[in-house]
Amino acid sequence: MILHRVRDGLPLMNLVSLRAVPILQQLHLEERLLRSSSDNWCIINDGTNRPNIVMGISGRPSELIDLKSVLRDRVPVIRRFSGGGTVIVDDGTIFVTFICNKDAIPGLQPYPHPLMSWTGQLYKDVLHGFGDFHLQENEIFLYYMYASLTVLDTYFTDYAIGSRKFGGNAQSITKNRWVHHTSFLWDYDIKNMEYLKIPSRAPKYRSARPHVEFLCRMTEYVPSRSTFIERTIASLGNHFSVKPIHQDRVIDPSNTLHSSSKLLTRQELEEAYSSLCEKLHIAAISV
Amino acid sequence: MAARLLWASRVASYLRISTFPRGFASVVKDLKYADTHEWVKVDGTSATVGITDHAQDHLGDVVYVELPEVGTNVTQGKNFGAVESVKATSDINSPVSGEVVEVNTELNSSPGLVNASAYDDGWIIKVKMSDAGELDSLMDSDRYAKFCEEEDAKH
Repeated sequence: MILHRVRDGLPLMNLVSLRAVPILQQLHLEERLLRSSSDNWCIINDGTNRPNIVMGISGRPSELIDLKSVLRDRVPVIRRFSGGGTVIVDDGTIFVTFICNKDAIPGLQPYPHPLMSWTGQLYKDVLHGFGDFHLQENEIFLYYMYASLTVLDTYFTDYAIGSRKFGGNAQSITKNRWVHHTSFLWDYDIKNMEYLKIPSRAPKYRSARPHVEFLCRMTEYVPSRSTFIERTIASLGNHFSVKPIHQDRVIDPSNTLHSSSKLLTRQELEEAYSSLCEKLHIAAISV
Repeated sequence: MAARLLWASRVASYLRISTFPRGFASVVKDLKYADTHEWVKVDGTSATVGITDHAQDHLGDVVYVELPEVGTNVTQGKNFGAVESVKATSDINSPVSGEVVEVNTELNSSPGLVNASAYDDGWIIKVKMSDAGELDSLMDSDRYAKFCEEEDAKH
């Protein structure tokens, strides 16, 4: 039996506040804490140092990104350890990650739907009063060539204001712990969205809109980045006894133990591009 | 109509999505079960491993299965692979220790088999067991069914 640390009747949660840490380093930290710590953690990274594309564990570059422009502009592409879709992140992105023991929240089952419901409610509290925030119900459709649709699954996952998404999340669940991490679009560069394709598995509410019509910026609704971050920490305080930890105690770039998130090599991207061109019977342009 | 359904099924497999309806959570007699919701079917020193109907039902549509390589050693209670569903990766833990002698490569093109046929076509790995005594620590079908009821009642 593992005894978890408690203060004032609430389980302890270590809070690590970062600024502009590279996203790959953040992912390595998350995996290491997930697999080798028995504490609860919240990691907040206020922006990342440069634009990166981040795919989920099963992401296929040829389906998700515009390989020609990504190769041309040398945009880093990462495959992360959690599930879910593809995002492009930069210094306008605010990352919030929860790493918890499975019994940290009373009555919460460590499965995808319950976790997303709990975190969704937490952010609803955080953003109360700033725009029409809601958890967007997704009916994931398979679009057939003949315009016939089949509903595959329905779940609440994206964070939206109106019909525009400003935050996406993903999870990883182990025997006794779980990670829920979110990338929030505080602001973004429209040009960067062109590196991403519209995914073939798309939520109904997307309605085939291109990225720029599907997304919105939090900066248009929330007074400042620090307001959002402080309110997130305050909301966490309803469930945990939050204790700030200095990043020097946890950041260790040389420690890649348990790190399955990886940067795709240029060779891998070039091979994906060549295969795609072959399949489409078009000439691969040297980039 | 049949041709359209066949085409749709192939597209679903290519996109690694499941269109099969989920059944009610069930258990199968003569299998052994871990408290992390994996099942094992024993045949001599060979063990076939998968995740249970309870697990697949709670996880949602499986869109990807991360399989170990043949020859990998697995340890009872430790993770050896993962499934992706609903934007989450979930560890699969081995109910027995030993060497992986076969993996279900069908899951690469049809991960939905884990949902549609959790105890049969959705098997994940076959293991040459190193210690059959470990089976004594697993649950039988009746005990596992009760375990699932108790777990769901707590939440």
